[in-house]
Amino acid sequence: MPISMKKPAPGLWSPAAARRLDRLLTLYLPLGLVLLFLLSPFYWMLITSLKPDSELYSAAGNPMLVLQPSLEHYAHLLTATEFPTWTRNTMVIAILATAISLLLGVPAGYALARLRFRGAGAVGLAIFATYLVPTSLLFIPMLQVVKTLRLQDNFLSLILIYPTFLTPFCTWLMAGYFKTIPSELEECARIDGANRFGAMWRIAFPLATPGILSAGIFSFTLSWNEFIYALTFVTASSSRTIPVGVLTQLTRADFYFWGPLMAGALLGSVPVALIYSFFVEQYAAGLTAGAVKG
Amino acid sequence: MEVARANARGTPASLPRGRLSWLEHALDNEQVLGYLLVAPVVLLLLGLVAYPFAISVSMALTDRTIGNPGHFIGLLNIQRLAVDSIYLQTLHNTLIYTAGATVIKLVAGFGLALLINERFRFRQVVRSAVLLPWIVPAALGTLAWLWIFAPSFSVLNWILIHLGVIKTGLPWLVDGNLALFSVILVNAWRGIPFFGITLLAGLQAIPKELYEATSIDGAGKLGRFRYVTLPMMLPILLITLVLSIIWTFSDFQTVYALTGGGPINSTHLLATLSYQVGIASGRLGEGAAISLTMLPALFILVAVQIYYLRKTNST
Repeated sequence: MPISMKKPAPGLWSPAAARRLDRLLTLYLPLGLVLLFLLSPFYWMLITSLKPDSELYSAAGNPMLVLQPSLEHYAHLLTATEFPTWTRNTMVIAILATAISLLLGVPAGYALARLRFRGAGAVGLAIFATYLVPTSLLFIPMLQVVKTLRLQDNFLSLILIYPTFLTPFCTWLMAGYFKTIPSELEECARIDGANRFGAMWRIAFPLATPGILSAGIFSFTLSWNEFIYALTFVTASSSRTIPVGVLTQLTRADFYFWGPLMAGALLGSVPVALIYSFFVEQYAAGLTAGAVKG
Repeated sequence: MEVARANARGTPASLPRGRLSWLEHALDNEQVLGYLLVAPVVLLLLGLVAYPFAISVSMALTDRTIGNPGHFIGLLNIQRLAVDSIYLQTLHNTLIYTAGATVIKLVAGFGLALLINERFRFRQVVRSAVLLPWIVPAALGTLAWLWIFAPSFSVLNWILIHLGVIKTGLPWLVDGNLALFSVILVNAWRGIPFFGITLLAGLQAIPKELYEATSIDGAGKLGRFRYVTLPMMLPILLITLVLSIIWTFSDFQTVYALTGGGPINSTHLLATLSYQVGIASGRLGEGAAISLTMLPALFILVAVQIYYLRKTNST
């Protein structure tokens, strides 16, 4: 719906100029302000991470610019802290947890979308109802479960527990996705002699690759992003994930090492941002899948 | 006859009856295959969601601490919470936080969606860039705001002072009311892109003909918005809204990273208070009780969501 359909003031501006001004005021200005609000924190994150301590803590410093950019904070982060270890931990956890969730969630999504079986409605409802128990409600008893399994301070505990919130999401997304694939292809396969499992495995799953990719990317991001379980289950600093490590290990009492903190925050976001930039469409699809398809 | 009977049982007609193995029969049966495929998920959720939830309820009924299994005390934890000033303040904070952040996200997100829905150069770039606060790990993105609000280094204060708006820096995270406002702002910052992009998808799904039709009927810009945009957007608006409210209500990272719940409990949310009491202070029973008080609100929200989804799916 075009915004700029106002009548230009007669005689003062040419119609074209009036339209341009209108567009400037009702589109570019608000858009610019919103973009400024959303993106400027990243700008400051970047320049703070590039500002040497001498400039950072001097009273003459200007927080809007960096005069003598230096990589000292990145060097410190990568050599004098456990950041590389946290990166490895977070990467391993995210990849494995995503794999598990896809392994469990894709078939389950298929079953809910395609197969009619007693209890299907109840299962679907139960999966959706897990939104009733967010991680910030379950984390205390979950710690007990982790302790019972002797996995405390072991990041394997996260690989085991993350699927509890990743799988419902994958199932939901894949169920919605499978519903959009016409079932004729599978029916043809069955007429040709395949059983339902074969039709699912050889026809439906390959066709669902874009959806599986979306679910995988989203799950990876959710894993990388998770905080409260990672904070609660793992306290040994070498087993921590990036978000927890950066937040808790780069401060000394009330003193924040801003340089490495910002560098860590930036570097810790890079993998997810990279994946996002390559798969924007899948990401947006994953975001809207549940909402639009319902 | 043979073929008809085979078809009736749901097995492939071309295979002669009796030649199929038991497994192939099972994998072809909708009922069996269905159960087989959902079983792993159901087992996972039973063992690692339902079971811990039950533990949480049982913990809340005890005075258990880390290291001491404690005794059954019934509803004493809940009774104590009902008159505890810190808990009541936390409940109050959580409601204000959820309401405030959601309103900002809804209005700004919808506005953003309307803006990006226009045609302009670099539209795709803007659409991608806008999601950045949402996809960046919450704790890390919040760190940027920690710096923006930091007492001695606040770039926000620097800008405001240099613009002549204020004389001395505002205590963004140190003053009770300002701190609550600050955390709401950061939560909104992160959530606006989510509203923006999902509502954008909803906007783009509205057929142009509807706008043309109402235009012909004499509706102006506002009329078109009221009679076409809003009604068509209602489903996606509702789903996005309920999801966002659930997430905001149970939010932990934002407050933990920015203020830890302070100053003097003015920014504590149910999630952060339950962490502080249950894990940091080791009072597991109390902590579990606090987190369980999130349940009524969440239950209502999820019930609304399910009811609404059922209604739209049955049409």
